[in-house]
Amino acid sequence: MGGMLPRTLILRAAGTNCDRETAHAFELAGSDPRRVHINRLLERPALLEEYQILAIPGGFSYGDDIAAGRILANQITHHLADVLKRFVEAGKPIIGICNGFQVLVKTELLPGAIGEGQTGHQTSTLTNNDCGRFINRWVNLCSKSDLCIWTRDAGSSEPLPLPIAHGEGKFIPANESIRRQLWENDQVALIYCREDGSPARGEFPDNPNGSVDDIAGICDRTGLVFGLMPHPERFVSPWQHPAWTSLRQSGGEGRGLRLFRNAVAHVQQVGAGV
Amino acid sequence: MIYRIDVRAASQAEGTAAADPLGEAIRHQIEEFGTQVGSIRTSRIFLIDSDAPRQQVRKAAQELLADPVVERAELIENPPADEGHSRIEVHLKPGVMDPVAASTELALADMGVAARQVRTGRAYLIEGIIPRTELQTIASRVLANGVIESIHFEPYIPDRFSAGHQYLFKLVHVSLRELDDARLMKLSREGHLFLSLDEMKAVQDYFREQNREPTDIELETLAQTWSEHCVHKTLKSAVEVTVQDADGQPVETRRYGNLIKETIFDSTMKLMNRPRGDEFCLSVFKDNAGVVVFDELDAVCFKVETHNHPSAIEPYGGSATGVGGVIRDILGTGLGARPVANTDVFCVAYPDDRRSGLLPKGVIHPRRILRQIVAGVRDYGNRMGIPTLNGAVYFDNRYIGNPLVFCGCVGMIPRDKIAKEARRGDAIVVMGGRTGRDGIHGATFSSAELTDTHADEFSHAVQIGNAITEKKMADVIMEARDQGLFSAITDCGAGGLSSAVGEMGEKIGAVVHLEQVPLKYQGLRYDEIWISEAQERMVLAVPADCVEPLLNLSRSEDVEATVIGQFGTPGEELILQYNSHEVGRLAMKFLHDGIPMPTRKAIVRRHGAPDEPSIASQSADASANVTGRLISILKHPNVASKHWIIRQYDHEVQGGSVIKPLIGRHQIGPADAAVIQPKLGSHRGVAVACGMAPHIGDPYRMAIASIDEAVRNIVCVGADLGKIAVLDNFCWPSVDDETTMGALVAACEACRDAALAFGIPFISGKDSLHNQFTDQETGRVIRIPNTLLISAMAVLDDVRQCVTMDLKETGDDRLLLIEPAGTGLSDYLAVHRAISQAIGKGQVLACHDVSEGGYLTAVAEMAIASGLGARLDDAPPAALFAEGNARYVVQATRDVEAQLRSSGVLVRPIGRLDAKSNHLLIGPEKIGVDELTRAWRGTLDW
Repeated sequence: MGGMLPRTLILRAAGTNCDRETAHAFELAGSDPRRVHINRLLERPALLEEYQILAIPGGFSYGDDIAAGRILANQITHHLADVLKRFVEAGKPIIGICNGFQVLVKTELLPGAIGEGQTGHQTSTLTNNDCGRFINRWVNLCSKSDLCIWTRDAGSSEPLPLPIAHGEGKFIPANESIRRQLWENDQVALIYCREDGSPARGEFPDNPNGSVDDIAGICDRTGLVFGLMPHPERFVSPWQHPAWTSLRQSGGEGRGLRLFRNAVAHVQQVGAGV
Repeated sequence: MIYRIDVRAASQAEGTAAADPLGEAIRHQIEEFGTQVGSIRTSRIFLIDSDAPRQQVRKAAQELLADPVVERAELIENPPADEGHSRIEVHLKPGVMDPVAASTELALADMGVAARQVRTGRAYLIEGIIPRTELQTIASRVLANGVIESIHFEPYIPDRFSAGHQYLFKLVHVSLRELDDARLMKLSREGHLFLSLDEMKAVQDYFREQNREPTDIELETLAQTWSEHCVHKTLKSAVEVTVQDADGQPVETRRYGNLIKETIFDSTMKLMNRPRGDEFCLSVFKDNAGVVVFDELDAVCFKVETHNHPSAIEPYGGSATGVGGVIRDILGTGLGARPVANTDVFCVAYPDDRRSGLLPKGVIHPRRILRQIVAGVRDYGNRMGIPTLNGAVYFDNRYIGNPLVFCGCVGMIPRDKIAKEARRGDAIVVMGGRTGRDGIHGATFSSAELTDTHADEFSHAVQIGNAITEKKMADVIMEARDQGLFSAITDCGAGGLSSAVGEMGEKIGAVVHLEQVPLKYQGLRYDEIWISEAQERMVLAVPADCVEPLLNLSRSEDVEATVIGQFGTPGEELILQYNSHEVGRLAMKFLHDGIPMPTRKAIVRRHGAPDEPSIASQSADASANVTGRLISILKHPNVASKHWIIRQYDHEVQGGSVIKPLIGRHQIGPADAAVIQPKLGSHRGVAVACGMAPHIGDPYRMAIASIDEAVRNIVCVGADLGKIAVLDNFCWPSVDDETTMGALVAACEACRDAALAFGIPFISGKDSLHNQFTDQETGRVIRIPNTLLISAMAVLDDVRQCVTMDLKETGDDRLLLIEPAGTGLSDYLAVHRAISQAIGKGQVLACHDVSEGGYLTAVAEMAIASGLGARLDDAPPAALFAEGNARYVVQATRDVEAQLRSSGVLVRPIGRLDAKSNHLLIGPEKIGVDELTRAWRGTLDW
């Protein structure tokens, strides 16, 4: 494999539109990303085995027709479930950003089987924002999970600012027991918070969509499969921050890059299929 | 059989209190129109025509159509009784684009359910029994558009879907050669050709020479190609201009052979020929968009279009397809540019009834128009993954029957892909969406004026977009461009295939086999196929050896691409065939050069029409003290924050956003211009801004003010004057008299003068005339004000040098007003140059343009953006609220002050930043920044 850099498959489908900047973020993080159309994967699912990281980027796959992410999730469930299961079993990380997160919660992958012996049917959802419309703005996030390999050191000491841009980002677990288990299992990876790091407590605009428990991102029980509504790939340079002209930053990198670095470091450490 | 599935919010399905945010939002909208109704439960309806067993359809529906956590899907066996409720259902009319249905068919196939066809609708169950007439009003005002949707008050479950009718070919000739003038005009009108008598006579002469009668498709082709929309015959006409003094006495005459060419276009040519360090303009006024240098490898292009008339009768579809259309302009620039930014500007009537007054018959309420055009731009732009990052909304009641919707798109293209030419032997390939009966006569419709019957008469002119079809096509075009698979490309816009093929084959001719064009449904006549403006289609000229690779590439990403003919004929003709029957044959030369260009007469008045009262002077009545006036200015819809709109657009997708439309610590300040870095990893940037001043009555001053505002806005973020290019969009009422023509002449001359004075070239433009509304009942004509939108684009060497308008807490605290020393264009230029240079040297902390509401309003906005206070020196209200060209407020150092003074501009210290206070102190008066913020954000906080 050329260069030995961990290879990331950036999955795109009709309507995917954050694939280029997501590839750019992985490149900055030291990975070798390829943008691959889902038709190539449907023709030859084994293609996935040539990669160490999978990213389902943001956008409007299939126009968000019926519901956000629904149709791509349906394709994955009916045609790619096995190969994805093996991917995770091999210790390889998967990220779903925004529309990618919406896709993952509508498959069996996120939050995945929560209790012992449970099958991973859809146990939570992302639905219409409480305000009833699409919103693009920056929010603050706190990372909460030791389990999630993606969010380590990303927003634990101080809040991580990232932009959101979605109409269907309200996270809802199917019931109280699932909500509790997500916390108990350490699967709540990111929550919306205030500027001072305290939880948003459901209040707009700190919690921009009304997500239950301010949940902005979750992982599965392995910590490898991670989905989040905010866009870390849109904060890989300090000049992407909305207030950089008053913060007078002089350089460095955008803090969203940490998430991508974490995944690359993870596969390099465990040598997952490289 | 047809199964009906209803999908509703889960809590209602379980009979508990309804949590239906959509229903609640609609109830709120109905209340805005003055009708109180009970709670509303909504459901999405899927009508599935399938032979699959009931159980299988039910299971698929539950798994696919409803979200298992928050929704329930129900197979409706018997129509519900709706006790105590009133029902409104809205279903798309047959043949109307239904993207959700198409995706559902695809997903059902993934699950092994074969469906012949899916259609979607929505139902609203309103608590309480509401009289039918009132339901009808609610449905047509808030819920449905009769142009594309049908309204039902009972549950709708058809027995079967009406199938398209088989089309039986019949060639139609039109008798033209023997018609007298009156009959020629009757034919032009009733055939929706909208050609003038001279033009009809030119057509008549042509067919007399050919010794035959034209076919219907030949007449249609000429009407489309010669429409105002396609050929811009008013701006290109010869004009005899008489200048009159205040008493109406002629004082001067002059003549233009081609108005636009000898004014705006000529100024660009002069600027391009000026000796200068490096070239900037690469392609101007010839391709779909103007193209300028970005860096050694790439160029950047920009185009702004209008979609006014479609938006008047179907605002959502009209604005969405406006966005889709301008994106295709960029995809069709050179060998295809990659869209990197969208802009949008709307002109509508005041949204509150108090200001907008009585609504003429046949007009949609301005509040609904604004909501719907915003939704259209949002849904199309966001789905395309193109950041919508700059725009404006302008309220004036003269737009009530004829709103303006401007959609712009910026694209990046490699410099070696700018030239294109279709070659003899190239295949004609149509790519993207299928052709249907939608959008027929769009080009001629947009060249006519609106009346209250247009919604019915021209419902077929409305186009409904499907952004994902366009996104897929864009992905394939970019890949095909990089592989070099085609020699020319253009968009299918107004006039459909007729315009696209006619334009590409202008010099070489073309043969088209119309039966090869993929159709959405059967039954289209050959002429409908040819002129349909169905969305999301591009036409490519493909060399023979590239046809297979191109079709394979398209297929691999589920994009339809079809060979429909060939470029190049022996006599440079346009030859149209349908199943081997020749249905049309026109000489390309006649089609493109045969239109008689009339000489127009124009009167330019030295002292033009009076201005509308300024916002500041309107506020003078409201309050005596300065802070009171400031509050009423900030609340005025033309000044108030547009965050309700801006936040609905994804302005950061593609990851290039550097200066966002809302900036400052709390992300609420109004940026003067937006900035992106279109190449990931490079700090080179593109800034985009706009300006317009329709409240100024004199057309020359109006145009100068529009250009100056656009330049101010883009200079505020740090643009270098030598790297700015601008676009013009003229929106005028019908140019049917010499004074209105004179206004157009004066505006063109102003553009020329400002471009030459500032050294800023116009690189592309567009006009939309006939923007007025006639109430057929009363005969009242509402003409829009002469409106010129100037869109500015600048290439920035390093985006890290950019400046924003929010006050900065650290550093120097001096606030300066920079003004021109006189009222000439060279005085304005001195100010723009001085500001641009000071920013370039890193000497300016914050910079904001002074426009509506004078410098006090500018400082208030800078305070709002930062949350910081300021202490302003006492000044008379006339100075605080004065408006004029080339004025800026900057936060800067004392050194800068001296430097600016030496550059021939007026520098006036007006106060200081007060970072410790959160108040604005103006002489003896004091007001909290919080209060200013609430006033400014409250008006359009929908």
